[in-house]
Amino acid sequence: MTKSSNYKITLSAIGPLILLVIVIAFLLGPGTSFLEFGLILPEINIEQIDFVESEIQVIVRNTGTLDVNITVADINDRIQPAAIEPDNHLSKFETALVRIPYDWNEGQPYTVGLTTDDGTRFEKSVDAATLRLEPNIELLGYLGLIGFLIGIVPIMIGLLWFSFIQRLGSNKYRFFLAFTVGLLLFLAFDAIEEASKISQENLSEIFNGQLLIVTVTILSFLALFALGNSLVKKSQFSKISKPLAISLLIAIGIGFHNFGEGLAVGAAIALGHAALSTFLIVGFALHNTTEGFAIAAPMTRAKTMVFRLFCLGLIAGTPAIFGTWIGGFSYSPFATVVFLSIGAGAIFQVAVSIIQYIREENENTISNISILSGIGLGLIVMYFTSILI
Amino acid sequence: MRRNTQSKKMLMILTSVALISTLYFVIPSVTDAALEPKTFLTHTGLAIQTTGDIIDPIGYTGDLLSLDPESYLRDFDYGTVSQLEDGTILREFTITARDDQVMEVSPGVFYNVWTFNGTVPGPTIRATEGDLVRVHFSNEGSKSHTMHFHGIHKAEMDGVFENVGPGGKFVYEFFAEPVGLHLYHCHVHPVEEHIAHGLYGAYIVDPKEGRAQADELVFVLNGLDTDFDGENNFYGANTVPFYYQHHPVEISTNELIRAYVVNILEFDPVNNFHLHGTLFHHFPAGTDTVPAGFNDMLTMSQGDREILEFEYKYPGLYMFHAHNTEFSEKGWVGSFLVQDSEKNYSDEI
Repeated sequence: MTKSSNYKITLSAIGPLILLVIVIAFLLGPGTSFLEFGLILPEINIEQIDFVESEIQVIVRNTGTLDVNITVADINDRIQPAAIEPDNHLSKFETALVRIPYDWNEGQPYTVGLTTDDGTRFEKSVDAATLRLEPNIELLGYLGLIGFLIGIVPIMIGLLWFSFIQRLGSNKYRFFLAFTVGLLLFLAFDAIEEASKISQENLSEIFNGQLLIVTVTILSFLALFALGNSLVKKSQFSKISKPLAISLLIAIGIGFHNFGEGLAVGAAIALGHAALSTFLIVGFALHNTTEGFAIAAPMTRAKTMVFRLFCLGLIAGTPAIFGTWIGGFSYSPFATVVFLSIGAGAIFQVAVSIIQYIREENENTISNISILSGIGLGLIVMYFTSILI
Repeated sequence: MRRNTQSKKMLMILTSVALISTLYFVIPSVTDAALEPKTFLTHTGLAIQTTGDIIDPIGYTGDLLSLDPESYLRDFDYGTVSQLEDGTILREFTITARDDQVMEVSPGVFYNVWTFNGTVPGPTIRATEGDLVRVHFSNEGSKSHTMHFHGIHKAEMDGVFENVGPGGKFVYEFFAEPVGLHLYHCHVHPVEEHIAHGLYGAYIVDPKEGRAQADELVFVLNGLDTDFDGENNFYGANTVPFYYQHHPVEISTNELIRAYVVNILEFDPVNNFHLHGTLFHHFPAGTDTVPAGFNDMLTMSQGDREILEFEYKYPGLYMFHAHNTEFSEKGWVGSFLVQDSEKNYSDEI
């Protein structure tokens, strides 16, 4: 390539961008007024409510396009004096901490209202007040144990199906591989559903939750696709076998997924939904056993190594522990949505690579009754275990 | 090989952009260097240390807002007085309606008030029984407005069917009757909207023989629906929530206090008035000389008026507020700061 052609390419790339900047400058720049029609309303979003000793703490974000001042705080629609840190002025996207001195009662519902300088009141409710968890060793251990119970234990149990799958004939083996695909597809949709629920309930509209999920899911799919291809390519030249590469991919995908799940469970505990989270934990434990199965299935055609299997289980399960820690101590709906979406994309990719693998093993087709019924049964099993959550 | 490194670079750039934008959303903005924390004590006795701003409409100590309940309290407009040939006293008032003002109704809260003579409530119009009241009304607003007076007058002076359009004028003329505490308000549809925005005021007709000497106060009980959801965000006496809580009304012991109480609250059908530390005689609409009761509670429906007469025996700080505590905790609460009167001292000596 010559220098002049390089210039031409650069210019042809940047030219339209420069024009775009000029147009935007014209529209938004000083002295332009013809875009000032319509009415822009201020908007704030109460993101989090915490109950501490004799005080209710609220994190509020300016989700509108106008700067706002927070002028009044109320609890259950009764005006209360409050402090607001760092200050009561919020520019676009800025957050502030509102501290309302208040002798709240354990287990009672509360509604927190904040009024902006134009007199508009915004509110958010909490079903039952409970003291905010303070990070300490005990809680760290407790949350870690829960992460261990929902992440590592069920996956390790699921891996024990290994020797069962190993003894299957190739037709039945294909059935169980397809069964895994069903499990994974369900898991991916499950994650998307949960992410969109969280984004609707806890994420400001300004984040465009649904599109965030779509974007992150597809990005994660593409990234894992690239990673998967290079792993499988390497497996042709090195001692890593193709089944191991696939199992590793599955473990990574499930790891992302479990991190997101861990965030959700940790948050449920932190927000005081104790009864809910007990149920959630039992449900996840049952549900996640199938994840162990999914990791084990392709591995049965590789050289058996218990240690490798164990490591894969750790890759898939350990993120749940980190998830419960992070979710329990500083819950961020945004991070939870992102990680659930990464998990979904990763799992979709894994499902696709398993289908490819089955095709190669099955004369380039998947229209085989044992494969189709396997996928179907996987979905059904997941559906019924999901009812338990 | 070169292509490969380029794509790696691209990937790194993409990753870092994604990371930075994620951090931007997830991590709350970092504050500037730590400021000196100050202690903030609430009216309930709870205290916290904070470096931030304090938003406290209850214990407000800042500058006066654009509305002035302090001077409104004892401000009576007797009009421009002249005498007609037959000896009748003529009282002329000039009232201008506007609907374009945005005022600070509670600390930091700005609301589009509709006003008579630039304030909410409008001026307290006061005349003596039998006087001729002439109100030169002009509408400088962008909507039609009127003045509808309670009392006895001709149909064409009722301010209901003769809408005064933007820029329009109207002269209301009637004799002041009967004796009592009445009110006036805009009667243009939707009336609820015109009243809720602030187009109202008290109208007092004194008896010819006058009333006993007293420290006279006007309380117009009202509310503000600042977000237009059909529910009041704030309640108050004379508009500004909590005003007489942070600026107690100063009165004296053993002195007759006469409170003219007008309930013009919208959206809530019933309002009430509760007095601490003493009881009052009350006169519904102020039309009778015999009190209807001796009480410390008064329940009033929309448009109800009552004259209250009371004295304090002991000095100190006494609350008065809606016993509907929702209203009081959203602003309709105040205090009397009762001081020992000179009279009291001299009595003791």
